[in-house]
Amino acid sequence: MSTELLKAIADSNQWWAIGPEMILACAALGLLVLEIILPKEQQRFIPAVAALSVVAVLVCVIANFSKTWGGEELFGGLIKLSAAGQIARVFFLTASLLVLFLASICLPRTRMPRVEFSHVVLVVTAALMLLTQSNHFVMFFVALETVTIGFYILVSYFRDSALSLEAGLKYLVLGALSSAILLFGIVLIYGAVGGVTIEGIVHTGFEYGTAQEFFRQHPDNFLAIAGALLVLGGVAFKIGAFPFQVWIPDVYQGAPTPVTAFLAVSSKAAGFAVLLVLVNQVFAPFASILKPVLSLMAGATIIFGNLSALNQRNDKRLMGLSGVSHAGYLLLGVIASLTVPWATGAVWFYLFTYMLASMAAFGVMAYLGLTDDAGQELDSYHRLAKEHPFLGAILAVAVGSLAGIPPLAGFMGKLLLFVAAFQAHLYGLLAVAIIGVILSIFYYFGWIKAAYFEPPANADIPAARAVPVSISWIGATTLAVLALATVVLGFYQQPLTSWLLK
Amino acid sequence: MNSLDPQLLQLAIATPLVAALLIALGLPKRFSTKLAAVAFTIPALIALWLWWEFPAEGGGHYQYLSSVDMGLGKFGINLKLGLNGIALPMFLLAAIVGLAAGIYALRSGAERLKLYLLLLLVMHGGLLGVFASVDVFFFYFFHELALIPTFIMVGIWGGRDRNYAAMKMTIYLTVGAMLSLIGLIALYVRSGANTFDLIELKRAIAVQGIHGVAENNIFGLLMFGFGILVSLWPLHTWAPLGYGAAPSSAAMLHAGVLKKFGLYGLIQIALPLLPEGAAHWAWKLAVLAGIGNVLVIGFVTIAQRDLKQMLGYSSVMHMGYCFLGIAALSTVGSGGVVMLMVAHGLSVALLFLLATSIHHRTHTFDLTEMGGLAQKTPVLAAFFVAGSMASIGLPGFANFWGELTVFVALWKFSPGLTAVAIAGVVISAVYGLRAVAKVFFGQPTEQFQRVIAQHPPADLDWSERLPALILLATLLFFGFYPRALSQPVDEALGRQPVTTTATTVSFHR
Repeated sequence: MSTELLKAIADSNQWWAIGPEMILACAALGLLVLEIILPKEQQRFIPAVAALSVVAVLVCVIANFSKTWGGEELFGGLIKLSAAGQIARVFFLTASLLVLFLASICLPRTRMPRVEFSHVVLVVTAALMLLTQSNHFVMFFVALETVTIGFYILVSYFRDSALSLEAGLKYLVLGALSSAILLFGIVLIYGAVGGVTIEGIVHTGFEYGTAQEFFRQHPDNFLAIAGALLVLGGVAFKIGAFPFQVWIPDVYQGAPTPVTAFLAVSSKAAGFAVLLVLVNQVFAPFASILKPVLSLMAGATIIFGNLSALNQRNDKRLMGLSGVSHAGYLLLGVIASLTVPWATGAVWFYLFTYMLASMAAFGVMAYLGLTDDAGQELDSYHRLAKEHPFLGAILAVAVGSLAGIPPLAGFMGKLLLFVAAFQAHLYGLLAVAIIGVILSIFYYFGWIKAAYFEPPANADIPAARAVPVSISWIGATTLAVLALATVVLGFYQQPLTSWLLK
Repeated sequence: MNSLDPQLLQLAIATPLVAALLIALGLPKRFSTKLAAVAFTIPALIALWLWWEFPAEGGGHYQYLSSVDMGLGKFGINLKLGLNGIALPMFLLAAIVGLAAGIYALRSGAERLKLYLLLLLVMHGGLLGVFASVDVFFFYFFHELALIPTFIMVGIWGGRDRNYAAMKMTIYLTVGAMLSLIGLIALYVRSGANTFDLIELKRAIAVQGIHGVAENNIFGLLMFGFGILVSLWPLHTWAPLGYGAAPSSAAMLHAGVLKKFGLYGLIQIALPLLPEGAAHWAWKLAVLAGIGNVLVIGFVTIAQRDLKQMLGYSSVMHMGYCFLGIAALSTVGSGGVVMLMVAHGLSVALLFLLATSIHHRTHTFDLTEMGGLAQKTPVLAAFFVAGSMASIGLPGFANFWGELTVFVALWKFSPGLTAVAIAGVVISAVYGLRAVAKVFFGQPTEQFQRVIAQHPPADLDWSERLPALILLATLLFFGFYPRALSQPVDEALGRQPVTTTATTVSFHR
């Protein structure tokens, strides 16, 4: 073999581009191997190995943050690295690390195997990262299905809890439906685009670039528009936007707390990462059609999420339905990004603040949860501030940030979204969003009220929660860091804005 | 001017916040109270120093300017601090009332004292920040920072109906804050300046105003948004309820200082930037404030039996004068409002403090169940009488100058409304003197005699006397030497030519 050939092979080696995903996948397989070869008493270290591998990948990604291969299409157009994709990688890795942390609190309590859980989390994380890098509808669908199948397993992970199984079944049926819708949309697009010759080259119609070029030339192709709308419907299922939010309350409640957090943070963020790419690049020629559709969806999502959360007493359902309203605010940012380019950064900023606050809240929920963690009501939080001032304070910061109360990070996220929406002249939606924020104060305040103010209805009965709660130093540090970051980002946003809003 | 003064201004705001953070991170109780005492005192000293240093002719410009990019610099959001002639009196007010409330809280023996002090410190830091902010965004931000602790304090240490009061306050004030935030964002976008820096905004507006429907709508948003926060009738119902339930130090700071945020915003931001909008809304605002706040709430106040509720309603009523002064759209009117804000802030804080002191001795807030307290506690009686006189607006107290100036300005705007406002003075004399008579004079009622028998009332101790004295002395100082306030205010308002043009617009209606 000549040296030129070797050099050519080396040059065309693009595997480093998806290095982080490959390492995660290998680590996931490695965990299973470790479980076989390690003696029983040492197997409790395996989840720590999973967490360490996530940290290692995170360090690698941050170290090579600016290396995006010049934005070229890799693997024959399947993958395209971008700055936004790198941000997404950091986001998903951090979120997964926190999910593993939550799992280390919840799983030992129920005596569920922890190795498989870590394995699935790693695989899903890798798939989430690929999903945001994908540049091809087939790649997109495969990555999305990997994520979804991982979640089918995770949601019903507490296999001896009826609620968890019910949640798993519901997620399976509705998830399959949404996949079908998405796939149908992709097929329609393929049918419209495929086989069309552009500049003498036959393209498959799956590549984002080809599809976008076709849409630009045929902005009123009915098949393509229908396909685009169906694809967006599939994505809307992921983010829990109206009218694709029906699965959220039951699935969030039944799923184990770490999985609920994973769904609420990573799955939702993945939906938005994909949506930003689709709306701003692939479907950009359809902006005039997408804008009213997305606007309707955003308005309805905000109103539905907030109204339905008003009466919730179960903490996970509350998180789920209020999460729907957060999806609505984020949709506002997506719509704004059609005309105001920096709105993309605002969406990511919001997602990061949302992750910090949600994970802190889920952390408190995980510590207070009983063996069956689907049954926590707001009443379980009575006198929390008195009995566990630390957890009470973390909860107050987290819920305050979710409610968007200054000076917490969540407020800054909302502010940026609202300024972007204002610059995009979305006055009607802004009014809806403001009403939504005010409604949300009511139910978030109810949570704080339960933890801080209200004496329980019957003061003699201790609140139904894990007593006594013992918090390891890792747990205390993690929760404290999340809460502190939420407070500090409220005052000083430089670390995030210098990175997200270029 | 000292070159370190900008840093002093930053220090004044940072001290309470840092102290709060240290307490939150788990400082032992012993050190916490000492640290809190220091953190309440330092801003007051700095405020006095900055007031002393303030150049005699410099009220028209911002002094002690400093600017820090917190990460949103590219959106025109910087932590820009400084004081002009309007901000200076308010900053001083915040520092002094904060000191008084802090001293009172330290000795209040509240349950969970550390948390109480922590929240009060956050509130204090926020208040100082509000009036020192040149950046409109941080002006709003600090307000919210100060507002959140009030909800929690009402919820935890509040009196009766505290859950309901805390919820109602939270929702009302969030609505107000959200409306004003949208108004401010609208200003940011529509002014074309794309910055929240008030100095830049004024410059941009001077070149090219907003005009037309947009200007009217933005002013409307700000008027109702700020209006809810200041308890503009009929959106005032949170105020008496909230103050009735709030623990004394929170009520002092909220009614005394935080509530002035809306009025300050109208004078400092809305009037100079949106003169046409102000002219459009002036009459509506004046009628709401004159008929609603002054007359209706005045009569409601007379009907109150609960001392704290009465004080809450009276503060709603006095806000009516401030709105009337703003609606007059003149330099004199706005100047009178600033004077009245300072005076009212001091006097209402004094009265809320004394009301709690009365409660400690009578174990009730019900006016019909007290009487004759003056024989047992002459000093308390003297302070309360002085506070009531100030609140009514007797000459010698700062309130007098504020009300007088507002009436003078209002006469040019509408003699009819001036008559209404002056009738309001009579109303406030009725309920003020009635409260004094019921609490302190006459014969003790039967219930009160029983209370006296169980807990013989002692006169004010030093932890109550000292904050009361600070507040009363300041009131008297400004009452006899109003120039200390009026000069910088005049300079600042004189620099806003837009206000005077707006006056002529309103004359030609």
